[in-house]
Amino acid sequence: MVQTKEKTNMTHAIDMGGANRAPQTRKLEDEKIALTVRDLSLFYSEKQALNSINLQIPEKRVTAFIGPSGCGKSTLLRCFNRMNDLVDTARIEGQLLLGDKNIYDKDVDVARLRRRIGMVFQKPNPFPKSIYENVAYGLRLAGISKKRTLDETVEWALKGAALWDEVKDRLHDNALGMSGGQQQRLVIARSIAIKPEVLLLDEPASALDPISTLKIEELINDLKNDYTIVIVTHNMQQAARVSDYTAFMYLGDLVEYGATDKIFTVPEKKQTEDYITGRYG
Amino acid sequence: MSEHHLIGAQRGSAFKAWYKSGDPWIWMTGGAVAISLLLVIGLLGLIAFRGLAHFWPADVVQASYQVPGQEPMRVLGELREGELVSKSRLESAGLPVEGDKEFYDRYLFKVGNRDIYGSDFRYVIDDWLVEREFPQDITVFERLEWGNLYGWVESVSENGEVVASGDDAWPTLRERQKRTHKLRNQIESIEKHDIGAINYALEKLRLKRRGLEIRNALTAEAEQKIANEEAELQARYKGYEDELISLYGDIQRDSVTVRVMTGETRTVDLSKVVRVYRPNAMGVFGKLGHYASKLWEFVADEPREANTEGGIFPAIFGTVLMVLLMSVFVTPFGVVAALYLREYAKQGVMTRIIRIAVNNLAGVPSIVYGVFGLGFFVYFLGGSIDALFFPEALPTPTFGTGGILWASLTLAILTLPVVIVATEEGLSRIPRSLREASLALGATKAETLWKVVLPMASPAMMTGLILAVARAAGEVAPLMLVGVVKLAPSLPLDGNMPFIHLDRKFMHLGFHIYDVGFQSPNVEAARPLVYATALLLVLVIIALNLFAVRVRNRLREKYRALEH
Repeated sequence: MVQTKEKTNMTHAIDMGGANRAPQTRKLEDEKIALTVRDLSLFYSEKQALNSINLQIPEKRVTAFIGPSGCGKSTLLRCFNRMNDLVDTARIEGQLLLGDKNIYDKDVDVARLRRRIGMVFQKPNPFPKSIYENVAYGLRLAGISKKRTLDETVEWALKGAALWDEVKDRLHDNALGMSGGQQQRLVIARSIAIKPEVLLLDEPASALDPISTLKIEELINDLKNDYTIVIVTHNMQQAARVSDYTAFMYLGDLVEYGATDKIFTVPEKKQTEDYITGRYG
Repeated sequence: MSEHHLIGAQRGSAFKAWYKSGDPWIWMTGGAVAISLLLVIGLLGLIAFRGLAHFWPADVVQASYQVPGQEPMRVLGELREGELVSKSRLESAGLPVEGDKEFYDRYLFKVGNRDIYGSDFRYVIDDWLVEREFPQDITVFERLEWGNLYGWVESVSENGEVVASGDDAWPTLRERQKRTHKLRNQIESIEKHDIGAINYALEKLRLKRRGLEIRNALTAEAEQKIANEEAELQARYKGYEDELISLYGDIQRDSVTVRVMTGETRTVDLSKVVRVYRPNAMGVFGKLGHYASKLWEFVADEPREANTEGGIFPAIFGTVLMVLLMSVFVTPFGVVAALYLREYAKQGVMTRIIRIAVNNLAGVPSIVYGVFGLGFFVYFLGGSIDALFFPEALPTPTFGTGGILWASLTLAILTLPVVIVATEEGLSRIPRSLREASLALGATKAETLWKVVLPMASPAMMTGLILAVARAAGEVAPLMLVGVVKLAPSLPLDGNMPFIHLDRKFMHLGFHIYDVGFQSPNVEAARPLVYATALLLVLVIIALNLFAVRVRNRLREKYRALEH
């Protein structure tokens, strides 16, 4: 296939993109790098789902993965906090560095890693507990049991997720009584309560109505001051609106990666252009 | 052509349209539900009616029984169940039935006075029972032994001296009967609790001495200590004995002279009388009171007269305690097994084989579990425990014989598959997204299971437990091998340390039904009790289930996240 052949040329797409950059565009070279993906391949049994991906995620920026369904963008995202470990048949080659440490090394404590790299899923998945207990869940796991610390952190996290004003009077109601959009923000609050460094968002707004989506997007904008955010989305407008950098993936390959402005205005690859202009996908 | 087709379709299809509308299915399915419901109601109704009617104080009839061609005979007693019997059956029984009646009403007639007539019951043909009357002053004596006595009160005596006769006799009798009743309760309480506790302690001391002897550790000092304790217990026993002797003297003070049907008089010790009443003179409220007291006795007292009189409290207690113990054993086991199978084991051929095996276990006949329980629990485990921990009691087995512990464990194994299957089902229904949510927050797998998965699967575990309880409470066959008896001397739970005695044999409602129904020396007297006991068994199971269902519904309410 053509893509697999091109793959090797594309591994440094970022550097190659440097030539044609618009002046206001961010430069990856200027960024501090939070996560580095190096020659990462993933197999489900014999089937290869990710083909030797190379990628750098800048710190305190929003990086979006776009691409048609089944292109591997969610799979790649789930590599960052080793969620693919749960799939018995999944096997990984290559490296994924958080700072200088390969998170796939044998001595890595997965639970601790996931505390540093939080994740929000496609469908809101609050626990069938109270709002308060949902946010406090990760804190309790981390061994925090002092009522005051818990109270303060829960309030802080809910404020951070722009949910505090809506729920402050019913913190002890069941979280399942909230609307879908509120539930998703609660899940975000739950994730940031344990103060991760990186926040992975897997199509966080795809199950929500437009207004809730807007709120989530605003929230992402606020959060990027403090967190490195990686978001998977099939909604290109959303990627264009919220992200600083965009990676376009197709059939397990990273086709193009660069500053969002550039990807959406002057993409280098024909495939990227076709996808963005809606010719397929 | 199309027009023709349409007309044809309209004509032949009133039925077809009805059929297609699905109405027949609704009728069929609804009918099936209705029939099932009727059957259940009918079953409960029959048991309830047959069982509960037994406690109603029937009128005592005095009549002349005129068998054609024989001397008329005076009879006195209660008319019990009636039935239609064909002429030929009566003829073959040697009765002189003549005339052209095809069927005859035949009644079971409770004549009582078993010590005089030899049997409580006889059959009478309705037509031949003539000159019926219901004398107001007929008195029924419910006795501790020999069943009911029907007759007329002649006089009441105290220490052999007549204190009341004629019209005075009845009020005096009632008064004195109350006094004896009180005394009997006192005696029972002393014999059961106080002396029972002393006997228990004495037995413990005997075992202690024997244990020391076996280990060659019986020093003079230890011997002295045991002897001292024994002496103290003996002294206390003596005190109670004296008290008992005086109480027995008191209770035996009064007696009543009764004239029975045949004209002869009998003297009955009041200490042997449980109740005296005059059913024919009772109003509806009097009868209701009597009924309530009989019903209460049935539920709350111990059985008498080979289980045909008195109550079945020990059986209720044994059933409930056994089911509770079984729940305590089976739930953790089943849940843990299901957890491993579903959450930790690598899914493959092996797990599939295990699942098939578990499912098949649920289909093994229960008596097989009984045999296993006898061989493994009672003989092997119990025998080993006896040899290791209770050598001083040997050759009398402690755990090496059937008991409530082994019965509960046997039933726990019997119901284990149900709990495993239900729990697995529940675990598999917990959405993956919630597990991922927990893991993504830095929980380990164990923490996720403990904090998210298990609480959410708890309603499913309760479902498993409900099914297990329903099955276990009604099981009789295996229990007969591992610890149920027709009459247990003491409850498995009492005031003596350590309060719960898992080695004791116990009574069980299901077995009680079997025993009373098939093994009773007095079949006619026992039959209504079979129904009453069956009703109680059903009620006990319903109560246990309702409790479990309530718990489950509360859990469901709490963790209803499975909807999305």
